[in-house]
Amino acid sequence: MSNESTKVLDFFQSEFGIDQKVMSDVLAAALSRGGDFAELYFEHRITSNMHFEEGIVKESSGGIIQGVGIRVVSGDSFGYAYSEDFNLESMRRAAITASQICKGGKPGQPIDATFLQAANLYPITTPSIDVRALEKLELIRRADKAARAYNPAVKKVIAMFSEEYKQVMIAASDGRLVADIQPLVSLRVFVIAERDNKPGQGSNSGAARMGLDYFANRRTPEMIGQEAARIAVQALDAVDAPAGMYPVVLAAGRSGVLLHEAVGHGLEADFNRKKLSNYSDRIGQVVASPLCTVVDDGTVAYSKGSLNIDDEGNLPNYNVLIENGTLSNYLQDRISSKHFDNKLTGNGRRQSFRHAPMPRMTNTYMLAGQSTFEELIASVEKGLYCVGYSGGQVNIYNGDFTFGLTEAYLIENGKITAPVKNANLIGNGPEVLSKVTMVANDFALSEDGGMCGKNGQMVPIGLGMPSVLVSSITVGGTAA
Amino acid sequence: MINEEDLKLAEDIVKLAQQKGADEAEVRITSSRTFSTTVRKGEVEKISENEPHSLTLRVYKEKRGATVFSSDFRPAALERLVEDAVERTTYVDPDPESGLPDPEDLAKDFDENLDLWDPMVGDLPPEIKINLARQTEETALTYDSRITNTNGASFGSHIYSFVLANSLGFAGGYRGSSCSMYMSAVADDSEGKKQTDGWYSSQHHFNRLEKPEEIGQKAAERTLRRLGARKVKTQTVPVIWDQETASEFLGILAGAIMGGALYRGMTFLADKEGQQIAAPGVTIVDDPLRPGLPGSRPFDGEGVYSRRNEVFSKGVFNQFLFNTYYARKMKRRTTGNSGGITNFYLEPGSLTPEEIIAGVDEGLYLTDMIGFGENITTGDFSRGASGIWIEKGKLTYPVSEINISGDLRKMLAGISQIGNDLEFRHSVAAPTFRMDGMMISGL
Repeated sequence: MSNESTKVLDFFQSEFGIDQKVMSDVLAAALSRGGDFAELYFEHRITSNMHFEEGIVKESSGGIIQGVGIRVVSGDSFGYAYSEDFNLESMRRAAITASQICKGGKPGQPIDATFLQAANLYPITTPSIDVRALEKLELIRRADKAARAYNPAVKKVIAMFSEEYKQVMIAASDGRLVADIQPLVSLRVFVIAERDNKPGQGSNSGAARMGLDYFANRRTPEMIGQEAARIAVQALDAVDAPAGMYPVVLAAGRSGVLLHEAVGHGLEADFNRKKLSNYSDRIGQVVASPLCTVVDDGTVAYSKGSLNIDDEGNLPNYNVLIENGTLSNYLQDRISSKHFDNKLTGNGRRQSFRHAPMPRMTNTYMLAGQSTFEELIASVEKGLYCVGYSGGQVNIYNGDFTFGLTEAYLIENGKITAPVKNANLIGNGPEVLSKVTMVANDFALSEDGGMCGKNGQMVPIGLGMPSVLVSSITVGGTAA
Repeated sequence: MINEEDLKLAEDIVKLAQQKGADEAEVRITSSRTFSTTVRKGEVEKISENEPHSLTLRVYKEKRGATVFSSDFRPAALERLVEDAVERTTYVDPDPESGLPDPEDLAKDFDENLDLWDPMVGDLPPEIKINLARQTEETALTYDSRITNTNGASFGSHIYSFVLANSLGFAGGYRGSSCSMYMSAVADDSEGKKQTDGWYSSQHHFNRLEKPEEIGQKAAERTLRRLGARKVKTQTVPVIWDQETASEFLGILAGAIMGGALYRGMTFLADKEGQQIAAPGVTIVDDPLRPGLPGSRPFDGEGVYSRRNEVFSKGVFNQFLFNTYYARKMKRRTTGNSGGITNFYLEPGSLTPEEIIAGVDEGLYLTDMIGFGENITTGDFSRGASGIWIEKGKLTYPVSEINISGDLRKMLAGISQIGNDLEFRHSVAAPTFRMDGMMISGL
């Protein structure tokens, strides 16, 4: 597996004639008006989707995303341009365009490239795009069948299989040359259940940087279909959620989305470099309950949030962000690490060659604690147990957030009782972390296929969390 | 004016797809030139300039559909793309309602000039655009000493050409321009909590943009009015939705009136056509033909002619909006809404926003929502909210970290007053309105 990434160099050279001479030419053009640093991000991505609804394959779609993104960095500023075309003239033109960020200093000279080989966190034997469509259709049909068989109330099942095979090559003026193959497969199932004219919805997915073997071993189509159906059916019995402030138990795994949104984004170094985050200038300070240790770990094998090299060509890392309640580090990209004079954390990411990189999360999670899940629930007299989320939004500047709940239950006298609907959690990330009074020993990574958006760019991410008890949080419901 | 080169290529690819075995084919090509810059603390933080070009091909063979896209315009690559599309149809199941529109629905003699084009947008030199952003930021930063920080001011511009050709002989296109400015400001509360807000302007025409001074000042004012925000207690009160949140409400409603949602049984309006759902003052229109507006277009995403559709008339829910596929599934006719809503707006009333606020004894002036807590299938609505508390007809202190919730049916019926301040700041637009009986969750 060790020479996987050299295949990418061969691919760009044989398919498009991009060799070290070409890269060096384009980098020289990028630095022609000066600048601290320039980088070329070559991408060739094959994507494919199948859409299944009403028991038939409704549509197949796909395409190729290819081009080179060129960035010229000068201090904290950058110029960016891309070319969808790999001919030298187009790439050189884009490089000159990106160079206009520089006021016209002494031209820089790129250092001769040295190829850097990274460890492979997601070696695959057979990429899914090389597998016949019929095998993927079989996965979809199995998920559909499992969802329908779950309960007679299941009325509608929509299943989508998506895959991509992304080859990237990054050449930078500091002599760095790296390459990677980043596969991604995902199966998502959406279910509508209905009883007495009342609808309920559920969805579930599985995604990983693997081949189709992911669905054989790690997460079967049946698991995904049944889970989506289970969520849709439980919603049928849901009662109105209470409104007001209550203690809340956040379930292991998927509650990681709360941590990601309400805390993780505030730890991205660009916001902190500009002093826009509530965590700015707070390294070394207590920002959470001592029970909380939060990490961002780009090295989780096969996770959709992992990368062998980040999108600036740097190695991923296991980064402790909050250690026993004390803020220890931010998520850095190249510009920010230079600004802070801090080491790189491998968090420079981008959606595609059409986008400039910025600090982004990879797999973000809280480490397990000492309590048991049962102890958490038993300690609550009246509150909410939150299991599934429809998505959340956070004000990055101050940590205020709102999350919709797709699956939640009342806790009454230390016991989980009725499912509730139409509820939101409203709070403030740092405040909620300071109100964590118990952390359980049941840590889990979420298998759900999460995507994260920031400044209009989407990237796949991983989430995880043990169950935690938050002593008080606003629940937005409709029952007084 | 049409990009003749793209149009010719689109027609050629349609023919190629037919030669390779497609029964029906449709090609869309977009060519753009984009520019964006951000100025922060007076320094140019980012300049980006690009020329994206992309092609999407949709084919049907024996009513089996596939879609492919690429930005690789080398002839051999395009040929491979066409072959990939046709190959994909072999494992798709036939769907009798799929396919291109009925010929009589295709646009003929359309006006390709809907006032979408301003040559100045593309011609303006970068220095001027950078300076506009710089002026905007400077205005905000110097407006009040409590504005302590900024996430920068941006200027973006974009000129584009869109062409569409299909195997029914449709071949047409149009071009447009757009430019926008955005500013976000930051201020610190007495306890050090950061508050932020911003303002923006977006237009097809450069001269119609708000001035940098106006954008900077509004961004600063909107940020300052959030300082000292607190929670309020859980209660039921009237909510006054400002232009921005009112437009957002309309955007949520848009999801429930699309034919696809009806077909999938995923809308609370499923069996409500012809019924009085909303308050009698509510008339909601989708109109792609109003010139110069953000969502205007001479034909839709599959070449069907544009027309005005009245979705709600005086509170009565008239109709869903369809593309060809869902129209056929539901035994209706396309309304020219492939690609979604266009200029989707609530007709204005006669009251000024001040008059509406003056009529509220105690309530919320809603200026921002966060989260995604709405469900258009069930009609449940629940969002995080912030705004300004109203007491005795006057705006008093800011509130945040609260939640508003309700049921979309009751919410539509609860729109008791509508303002006269409709502005198309983006393609979904609504004037200020009052909604009675909203549940607020707080302390």
